[in-house]
Amino acid sequence: MDNLYRDFILEHYRNPHNKGVLDPHDLHFADSNPTCGDEMSMTLRVADDHISDVAFDGRGCAISQASASILTDELRGKSLDEIREMDPKQLLEEIGVPIGPARLKCALLSYKVLQGAVHGGAVAWPEEADEVR
Amino acid sequence: MAIPQVSSTTSSAFSGSALRGDFPIFGQPTGSGKRLVFLDAAASAPKPQVVIDAVADMYSHHYANVHRGIYELSEDATNRFEGARRKVAAFLGAPSEREIVFVRNATEAINLVAYSWGRTNVHAGDRVLTTQLEHHANIVPWQQLTREVGATLDYVALTDDGLLDMDDLRAKLAAGPRLLAIAQVSNALGTINPIREIVEMAHAAGALVLVDAAQSAPHMPIDIAELGCDFLAISGHKMLGPSGIGALWGRRELLDAMPPFMTGGSMIIRVTLDGAEWNEVPAKFEAGTPAIAEAVGLGAAIDYLNALGMDGVREHERFLFEQAWAALGAIPGVRRLGPDDPAIHAGVISFVLDEAHPHDVATIFDAEGVAVRAGHHCAQPVMQRYDVPATTRASFYVYNDTDDVEALATAVRTTQRIFGG
Repeated sequence: MDNLYRDFILEHYRNPHNKGVLDPHDLHFADSNPTCGDEMSMTLRVADDHISDVAFDGRGCAISQASASILTDELRGKSLDEIREMDPKQLLEEIGVPIGPARLKCALLSYKVLQGAVHGGAVAWPEEADEVR
Repeated sequence: MAIPQVSSTTSSAFSGSALRGDFPIFGQPTGSGKRLVFLDAAASAPKPQVVIDAVADMYSHHYANVHRGIYELSEDATNRFEGARRKVAAFLGAPSEREIVFVRNATEAINLVAYSWGRTNVHAGDRVLTTQLEHHANIVPWQQLTREVGATLDYVALTDDGLLDMDDLRAKLAAGPRLLAIAQVSNALGTINPIREIVEMAHAAGALVLVDAAQSAPHMPIDIAELGCDFLAISGHKMLGPSGIGALWGRRELLDAMPPFMTGGSMIIRVTLDGAEWNEVPAKFEAGTPAIAEAVGLGAAIDYLNALGMDGVREHERFLFEQAWAALGAIPGVRRLGPDDPAIHAGVISFVLDEAHPHDVATIFDAEGVAVRAGHHCAQPVMQRYDVPATTRASFYVYNDTDDVEALATAVRTTQRIFGG
């Protein structure tokens, strides 16, 4: 248990990076986790097809909030194409704690919201979020 | 532990921990190696060995299709299947077992009424009334119906204490809905609605009443004759029975006048290439081969509950509710939802912690062997009403005991220690 709720996860939860809403922004998307109904939104600023700034908003569990905090830290300077090709496995690795099947959607909600923003509409959950393999 | 409530129960009708031996699921260790503390009966209940045995015995020794074969095995199966129907009717206080329609679960029972009665009796400009307290199963079928026929769906509001707003109910009934669809017990908050009084008010206003008893029939005595309602829906899996079997009770004259919901074999008297004549109720609503062994298993679950006595089951859960409500209330940073009064609060406690999201709570609880539900409990309007994204829900049943209440309180403290920081 202390594995899942390691200090850096709780630190991101208590003091999330990039939390809020960018106004103005170029891209915006919101989506929710069907298991709990938690909603998350993301706003991004884009210059020359590259992310110049990003923020996420919404309330949720420690895993979803820490995941969004970690993910958004890495987006500045990336091209939209790079973001579209991001591998969700990479985010799971960066979160770095063992996440059980029931919580994978919590960990990948930020990824899904981000992909919705750069694709201009909702995308399907990545297969990494499947509870049953 | 101080229990600040009115008439508090001081003891239980039976020992929940002693009953655990009847349930094989409690005989195996959890993944964490700890004792299973199962506090999620409101989602679905564990099965006692007698129910599992009844299903296995049916498949092993008595199985054939029902209402078809002119041979001994089929007659035996039919007798056992129809015996289960009689048990359900007696358990619910239904006037006749012919008014019991076997369905998959309460969701299907409600859909049956929404499609069959609804599409015949609700027209453009009509109103249907439900409440903000309902499970999605008692909201979405009515949204679909009213949208399809051009009727209006109204919702009775809730008070801050988690009760139905009776003044709002009165006002919405005055608008003349065709039907009031209402839960006897809220799955999300545990609130027990005063159904008999509500039925009287609805009938006086000219509305029929469908009672969603999925969350009440497993936990307290039900007497349809006393409630006075017109339809009532139950799920077998929440009352120690198998999944895939439930029942709709409806007044005979209403069922008789309704068209079939699903059509096919066994619901007809005669079929020609030009059309068909419907069988009598309940066969009219039971197209195709039913869940035969599951119905027999539900009968065994009812026998098990009757042996404990439903008054005793309710008393036991009231006792555990009082203990748990007080234990959670004594921990700073815990917000409990729903009414304080144990007379109108079933064995379901929804709560939120200041520091931790319900999903994190449930994950930490799981590592302690404590199984609870975290989420919106298929009742998102309730979450919206009380401005919480989700809650953690602990729900009690016959096999729970004070050691489970202690494990709940300990798990809350463990969660707070991890998140307290």
